[in-house]
Amino acid sequence: MASAAFEDIAETLEFLDDWEDRYRHVIELGRDMPPLGEKWMTPEWKVSGCASQVWLVPEIAGGRFHFRGDSDAMIVRGLVAILHALYDGLPLDVVGQVDAQAEFARLGLAENLSAQRSNGLRSMIQRIRDHAAAALAA
Amino acid sequence: MPDQPLDVAALRAEFPILSRQVNGRPLVYLDNGASAQKPQVVIDAITNAYAHDYANVHRGLHYLSSVATEKYENVRKVVQRFLHAAHEDEIVFTSGATEGVNLVSYAWAAPRFQPGDEIVLSVLEHHANIIPWHFLRERQGVVLRWVEPAPDGSLDPQVVLDAIGPKTRLVAVTQLSNVTGTVVDVKAICDGARAQGVPVLVDGSQGAVHLPVDVQDIGCDFYVITGHKLYGPSGSGAIYIRRERQAEMRPFMGGGDMIDMVTRETVTYAAPPLRFEAGTPGIVQTIGMGVALEWMMAKGVARLAAHEADLAAYAGERLGALNWLSLQGTAPGKAAIFSFTMAGPAHAHDLSTVLDKRGVAVRAGTHCAMPLMDFFGESATCRASFAAYNTRDEVDSLVDALHLCHELFG
Repeated sequence: MASAAFEDIAETLEFLDDWEDRYRHVIELGRDMPPLGEKWMTPEWKVSGCASQVWLVPEIAGGRFHFRGDSDAMIVRGLVAILHALYDGLPLDVVGQVDAQAEFARLGLAENLSAQRSNGLRSMIQRIRDHAAAALAA
Repeated sequence: MPDQPLDVAALRAEFPILSRQVNGRPLVYLDNGASAQKPQVVIDAITNAYAHDYANVHRGLHYLSSVATEKYENVRKVVQRFLHAAHEDEIVFTSGATEGVNLVSYAWAAPRFQPGDEIVLSVLEHHANIIPWHFLRERQGVVLRWVEPAPDGSLDPQVVLDAIGPKTRLVAVTQLSNVTGTVVDVKAICDGARAQGVPVLVDGSQGAVHLPVDVQDIGCDFYVITGHKLYGPSGSGAIYIRRERQAEMRPFMGGGDMIDMVTRETVTYAAPPLRFEAGTPGIVQTIGMGVALEWMMAKGVARLAAHEADLAAYAGERLGALNWLSLQGTAPGKAAIFSFTMAGPAHAHDLSTVLDKRGVAVRAGTHCAMPLMDFFGESATCRASFAAYNTRDEVDSLVDALHLCHELFG
């Protein structure tokens, strides 16, 4: 079981069988996510390995992992929102244990992601794990 | 003008890949600017070359080597005919346009240009016609003088000629922009440059695909083509080099095939064009390119161009009517290459992802033309680039899929 927020998304996507509707939902999730703000969209927070530009900024509070993110592409922004639902608020030591690829596979989006997008997603997940691991080690 | 219009249905049937589906939809392949699909005759030529006629070229005296050499060398005549070059030995085989431009940079320009010498090039250029000149800027102080297109992407030959000064040693310019489809009047540029004694390199990577080409009429010194955009195999290409310029070139790559005599102390070189073709070449790729060019000439290059002009007019009209779409490059007489972005937050990658779901293959990104992206103030665009086998119905499929994008992202 992942977070309630993630399960909500999984349930909604499960209900939608048409790819256009699934995309529509992913795009809406991206739209609903608050923007990161220009001043955080810097090389320091940029995730390399994505075809589009992606930024992830971690915020550690009370031993828990939080982050904010953004992308210049709307579909990718939706994927960042899904990652946010999956990871945000987890205890730092749990972040590394989440099998994000498997969780994403449950959403049935995998077949809708191009190979390039899948690589980008993997880069984002790795970045989140790296941030959490660094915070644990600090 | 061609007598009979092109039978597009029959032409399409020659391309096996065009009958496949992508994402459950019929493939609408509009990424021809990146690479064209191959007709069956080209695929068969590649298979047959390996199955029946394969050996290294210019080496053995045995039967297969003679057959392979003859087939390979015959392609030189084909390219000569295709480009209307005066002499067969003015055609040098390459792996593509990139190698062609680099050959000119390393073999002709680098040994001759002094610090402060200038190269005039346009902002329309593909990176393949930019980076080899940046090398000369970095390594030996050559100055790049950029000329800009008009806001609609058109390039006035006079603007190019006005940039020529006493230190200009070369003009490097595309005949047809891979981003905007702008057709450049390279003949006017060559006429004006020659009057001032300045050689011209024309990047024909796209031009040779969409226009009949006559290098003697154009009057250029160098003209590069790439086989994979001309319905031929990847890794094939050629460059036309005027004899006077060939005489000024030193060999660039050294190795087998390009020599006359080698001793411990010295080396003498083979005569051009072999002097510039070191090592075992792309034998089968080149043979395949020859078949592709023969195929184009048999269809009629002007006839193919006329069909594409119809597609350009129709696509221009349909895309132009979408008031939420911005077109980069609307020069009069442009070829069927359309670069576009959507108003609002949708990224070019968003558009190409949704188009792909509809089976429509386009390119999204900077199209190896970052200075031009910068000129248009865009970080990335989508590009739909057409070939002779595309149809008006496919323009409609593109527009339908764009309506879906507008609904999803607008």
